[in-house]
Amino acid sequence: MSASDLQGLSPAAPPASDMHIDLAAEYADAGIGDVLERLERDLVGLAPVKRRVREIAALLLVDRVRQRLGLTTAAPSLHMSFTGNPGTGKTTVALRMAEILQRLGYCRRGQVVAVTRDDLVGQYIGHTAPKTKEVLKRAMGGVLFIDEAYYLYRPENEKDYGQEAIEILLQVMENQRDDLVVILAGYADRMERFFESNPGMKSRVAHHVDFPDYANAELGEIAERMLAQWNYRFDPAARLAFDEYIALRRDRPHFANARSIRNALDRMRMRQALRLFESGATVDADTLSTLSEADVRASRQFSEPSAAARRDEPEFDSELDFDPERGADRIDY
Amino acid sequence: MRINQGCFSFLPDLDDTQIAAQIGYCLRQHWAVAIEFTDDPHPRNTYWSMWGLPMFDLADAAGVMHELRACREANPEHYVRVNAFDSTKGWETVRMSFIVQRPTKEPGFRLIRQETSGRNLRYTLESYAVTAATEGARYAG
Repeated sequence: MSASDLQGLSPAAPPASDMHIDLAAEYADAGIGDVLERLERDLVGLAPVKRRVREIAALLLVDRVRQRLGLTTAAPSLHMSFTGNPGTGKTTVALRMAEILQRLGYCRRGQVVAVTRDDLVGQYIGHTAPKTKEVLKRAMGGVLFIDEAYYLYRPENEKDYGQEAIEILLQVMENQRDDLVVILAGYADRMERFFESNPGMKSRVAHHVDFPDYANAELGEIAERMLAQWNYRFDPAARLAFDEYIALRRDRPHFANARSIRNALDRMRMRQALRLFESGATVDADTLSTLSEADVRASRQFSEPSAAARRDEPEFDSELDFDPERGADRIDY
Repeated sequence: MRINQGCFSFLPDLDDTQIAAQIGYCLRQHWAVAIEFTDDPHPRNTYWSMWGLPMFDLADAAGVMHELRACREANPEHYVRVNAFDSTKGWETVRMSFIVQRPTKEPGFRLIRQETSGRNLRYTLESYAVTAATEGARYAG
């Protein structure tokens, strides 16, 4: 879009109407190209998310140029909601988003303060406001990332202090838009219900980004990247076994996409360490960094009946809140 | 009589942008910033009332400015100052302190002479503001 196109949007002749601004140069100047490229490169899949982040970045860049040309724009509302299942990269993208906002000058420091209900809501009367304000103050100049934001609102308990936190939050989101960007994150359906019961919140959140689940192949790639980061790798048979593992794991309860993969890899590293230790043989760098098929296949996913076969059995491992497989490897000292 | 206490007190009063910039400096040094207020300007009155707790882990001055606005609103015509505390081992002290609000009229101090044994004199200061008899009122009658 050239400067003359921009002019057409405003009926009044702007003061600097003959100024021409090269958007590409502006883009390079802000240094967001680099951030967007890293986003593209470092994160597997997530095509719709990347597209949305690009859109938002482009909007902000154009807004900034418009401002320089004297075309008045209302200060853009930057509060966002990230919806998706656990482990789909919401926090990671929030970190990148903070970086983009900072480079574009919409965020002074670009720090991300990640909180949940417990950090905002107090236990007693009069406990909530100072707690929420404390968090807000820490997040000013950056991004406040509220994970599972819908827990702030508990309709079943009208005396719940969450409402107080929401009100303080709303006030700051409205009055100190320059100081703070709020990102609400959580499951899509619950977030939708949260917005329905808090219309004030809905109207202040301008950007909704939906994070899709990863496909099995993408999870495999994520696993490889994680291992490479830690200087590990699969041998070819282990890689195939891991694909099977992903397919089995997906049908289990509490499947948390990339987070489950990470936990699984952690356990496989432990099994590998134990295997090497017990074999007693001498090791070299190659043995130390290779996960074998046995390390993968020792997972409970392979030995236990699949989700379909267990359907009529009582809820499996329901006391383990997050990751049912964790129990096998958990050691209590 | 203008009270001169802490940093910048011989300069004209700082405006909010300047205050925010100074607080930004404190935060970059990783000092914890606190707000305090009082209406007793005596120089030996070191313990002012705290406005909330000292603010740790802030990244940006906006949070302090937000509290400062609230404090000013609740305590008009008071002295308000910003303290920056350095918790580094060996320092563990307030590294910077400056006044960010003062009453519109500062009546100053009276020198009290107390005659004691012999022909000795003891001197002390008392704020007119504290005794509620201001300089102007003193000569009014």
